[in-house]
Amino acid sequence: MSGKHGYRKRARNLLDEAEVEIGDIIRISKGEETYEGALIPRAELSDDDHLVVKLKDGYNIGILVTEELTIKKTGKGSKPKFLCPPPPPKKSSLPKVVILSTGGTIASRVDYRTGGVRPALTANDLYSVVPELSNIAMIKTEILLSIMSENITPKHWEKMAQQISAHIHEGTNGIVVAHGTDTIGYTAAALSFALQNLPVPVVLVGSQRSADRPSSDAATNLAGAVRTAANGPFAEVVVAMHETVSDGSIIFHRGTKVRKCHTSRRDAFESVNALPLARLKDNTVTMLADEYRKRDGQRRLTSKPLFDENVALIKFHPSMNPQIIKWHVDKGIKGIVLEGTGLGHVGSQCFADVKKAIADDVIVSMASQCIWGRINMNVYDTGRELLKIGVIPLADMLPETALVKMMWALGNTENTFEAKQLLTRNITYEFTPRSVFSQAGGRKNES
Amino acid sequence: MNLDYKRLGLKVGLEVHQQIDSDEKLFCACKTKLFTEEPQITFLRALRPTQSELGQVDAAAFFEFQKGVKILYEASHDTSCLVEMDEEPPHELNREALEAVLVVSLLLRAKPVDEIHIMRKIVIDGSNTTGFQRTCVIALGGLIKLGEKPVPIQHVGLEEDAARKMGGKGNLRIYRVDRLCIPLIEVTTAPVLYTPEEAEGTALAIGKILRATNRVKRGLGTIRQDLNISIRDGALVEIKGVQELELISSVVRNEVRRQLSLLTIRDELAKRGVNPNGVEEEFQDITAVFRKTKCKVIREAIDNNKQVLAVNLRNFQGILKTELTPSIRFGTELADVARFWGRVGGIFHTDELPAYGITQEEVHALKRATNAGQDDAVVFVADISENAVDALKAVTMRAKEAIKTIPQETRVAKPDGSTRYMRPRPGSARMYPETDIPPIQISHEYLQRLHKDLPEMPEHRLQRLMHDHGLNRKLAKQVSNSEFSNLYDTVVKNSEISPTLVAVVLTETVKALKRDGVEVDLSDAQFLDLFRLVEHGKIAKEAISDIIAWLSKHRGATMDEAISTLGLDTLSLDKMENLIDTLIEKNRHLLVERGEKAFGFLMGLIMKRVRGKVDAEKVSNIVKRKLEDVL
Ligand SMILES: [Zn+2]
Repeated sequence: MSGKHGYRKRARNLLDEAEVEIGDIIRISKGEETYEGALIPRAELSDDDHLVVKLKDGYNIGILVTEELTIKKTGKGSKPKFLCPPPPPKKSSLPKVVILSTGGTIASRVDYRTGGVRPALTANDLYSVVPELSNIAMIKTEILLSIMSENITPKHWEKMAQQISAHIHEGTNGIVVAHGTDTIGYTAAALSFALQNLPVPVVLVGSQRSADRPSSDAATNLAGAVRTAANGPFAEVVVAMHETVSDGSIIFHRGTKVRKCHTSRRDAFESVNALPLARLKDNTVTMLADEYRKRDGQRRLTSKPLFDENVALIKFHPSMNPQIIKWHVDKGIKGIVLEGTGLGHVGSQCFADVKKAIADDVIVSMASQCIWGRINMNVYDTGRELLKIGVIPLADMLPETALVKMMWALGNTENTFEAKQLLTRNITYEFTPRSVFSQAGGRKNES
Repeated sequence: MNLDYKRLGLKVGLEVHQQIDSDEKLFCACKTKLFTEEPQITFLRALRPTQSELGQVDAAAFFEFQKGVKILYEASHDTSCLVEMDEEPPHELNREALEAVLVVSLLLRAKPVDEIHIMRKIVIDGSNTTGFQRTCVIALGGLIKLGEKPVPIQHVGLEEDAARKMGGKGNLRIYRVDRLCIPLIEVTTAPVLYTPEEAEGTALAIGKILRATNRVKRGLGTIRQDLNISIRDGALVEIKGVQELELISSVVRNEVRRQLSLLTIRDELAKRGVNPNGVEEEFQDITAVFRKTKCKVIREAIDNNKQVLAVNLRNFQGILKTELTPSIRFGTELADVARFWGRVGGIFHTDELPAYGITQEEVHALKRATNAGQDDAVVFVADISENAVDALKAVTMRAKEAIKTIPQETRVAKPDGSTRYMRPRPGSARMYPETDIPPIQISHEYLQRLHKDLPEMPEHRLQRLMHDHGLNRKLAKQVSNSEFSNLYDTVVKNSEISPTLVAVVLTETVKALKRDGVEVDLSDAQFLDLFRLVEHGKIAKEAISDIIAWLSKHRGATMDEAISTLGLDTLSLDKMENLIDTLIEKNRHLLVERGEKAFGFLMGLIMKRVRGKVDAEKVSNIVKRKLEDVL
């Protein structure tokens, strides 16, 4: 990393001439004005015309670089020496939990000197930032990936599934995967299909407020995830997040039924067309689903970690150009999930290209853009027509889960017929046979 | 007691915070107002102290987190959105608020920064849902004159107001988020104010400049001062939340007196040979002493299975009842730290016993139980064990400090000018950049535009009020200092009514009503209405005070309702002439008898019946005319 974070052009030259590093105390003179403070890095996407200094009272200001501006170094910045508090004694009687991180910051500390936020990644780091963990489990940490969650692909799901199965084979009481929330639902669905016959819980956890702030949900979610991975009575892939905007309870959504339904709230995640699997409140896990796979350390995990990326999720909208379908087919796509309207419809302008796709051995299936509710293509002519063409209705499966499942099915078999069978078979609670009434229509009651 | 503050080495620095009257809040589109109804939304949170890179956390904050302190937030749909709930990132900085601060900066001759960087200042008492306050420097270096004395302004800032504390008990605190995110101007002076009067005078001068912009809110709670006060040999103490400018000098005087008293206590303890090692953290369970107590508080605690825990402060007899300032004793300081660190309701101590239903026998018994002699003071609390231990630990710690020094602390100002312990002084401010909001550049052209259109400065205004409006100096000064200063301008500009009358109403009448306990609360529109009615002769000017009082007590009521309820509809001239005729007829011989004094007598009779309904001058003219016929 360069010593002049973010500074370019004239600002950079002035800093180089004065031999100033980040954190050094400098005096900037400009006409009648002088400013004294510590040099702060400039955000990468900001302009080239300003120097940022932290004044003595802690405030940052930006100073426009003009022709007359001069810089003098008046003090050497103290290098931050990180003093990790001694880790709490390990309690070997506690259950073992492996925490895999994929890039989201689950815990961090702030360097108030430069404003930098430093993620806490090692077990000792986590113990010191979230001290209650040391009373919950013996933790082992592993940095699997360091990427933003929108950059995660099926290749990464495969890597995650392989690592998790390795840890489970070695023997652990539970797995926690720290993951950015944007695509945590996709990853949860992927791991649900890839890791079958789980003996212990696999808990994906994220946060909606960054870990550097005192109000962050990260530590509470993490502690809840670790506690449940260690002691929860189930053995499924779940996503653990806040249940409400309060800090009281953590809710566990099934990996195949979970969707991010809000851009920013702590309780952004919902179980769609199903009850959440479990809730953690006052350190106790309560199961909410009637039926679930129970924890059983003796059970042998079956790992099927392969995915075929050659699949598309196409959202229908009024006036959609059917060329989109044709383009995919010409590119040799193997499966398409249509995100249709209502009970499972697309406009008649698409019929010919859907027909052509199916004739070309492409699997075409239907999920609903309504999010809540079940596909039924027998009610209207459009639906009946699409069924006749060969579109496969996917009942109450989420479009995102349908996409992941199609990738997984095609990753597991070259045979279209077998893939279709896998697609419609209930593998891991992705289908719910009964649509049970829930008061808020499945959605949160936005009073 | 008149003190020589300069000799004592008094130094005061001011931080004036004033709410800006913008349409929307600083980082969202919510209205900048409060709600008084029951909350429509509540949510419960805990704040976790963030570790700094050096592994340090704020000790008091971490202590509270460990003790499981929870915060219950209250909100209404009207006054807050997801931003205040910390459920949505902040929107861009409100430009109206920014401009108000830039105008103030220019008036204070401070230099706006080229690029504004919004910071997060860690505050984890619960008053900010995020755990930090968003704040930024808008301008640096400025100057105001206090008479001949130049007072340097350190910086002019813009920040979000905090949530309002609504109460709390034990581990729960209640805050209302309606006030959160209302924009505040912050003006900080250098610590160069050397007397209580200088401190208050400077605050008043800053207040005047803020009001001159016509962009700030008015009324109780919209302006708050923080004071940094120190004396030589004393400690630097930060006092938060002085709500009225006129209170500043007494707050400063009280704090100096408090520190001097604490120094006297220190010397007295030294004379008694008390040293910190002699104050032991040895707590005795003395619940048994109170088995049959008549003291309600202790009775209730014991009935709820709580315990009574005591500590003997050896050689402290009499110290706890020593008065520091008129309403505060050393015992109060101990009680306050016990409340903060131990979450208890309060403490008992032998310096104030027997009292509160505790008998002499019980005092003897508890002294025996704690091995206390005549020279000792015993402090005890009744609570669950954990709280009681924390409370007494804090008490012994504070007693130890008293032997050595005055602790640096943050105190909160009370409406009577006294202050109470709030928390230990936080270490150096923990600030880091608010990365959710990009920096904002202030262009030279924009500043030039603002420069051209700056509001009138207070001194200039004073001259204008005297020369152009014919106010006398005293009234002109009162108007300029008044929170209604801008309203005065509007009324005078838009009506023919006498400026002196408007000035008197907005200053003296309002002040008199406040003295009588009326919380004057009329909108600008209501005041305008009122003056318009007077201007058009619809009501008499004598009725103004009653109407203001009535409307303040009946929020939401209309002017018409006020007038008809108070029976202030003006009398028609006909009716009044009739009334005067009748009274003259009835009292004819008395009037003749009194001769020259008849006028005053008759006026008295009439005004008793028509006060407020008619202008006294009109009555007097008619009476004069009619009397001429009679006499
Ligand atoms: Zn809002």
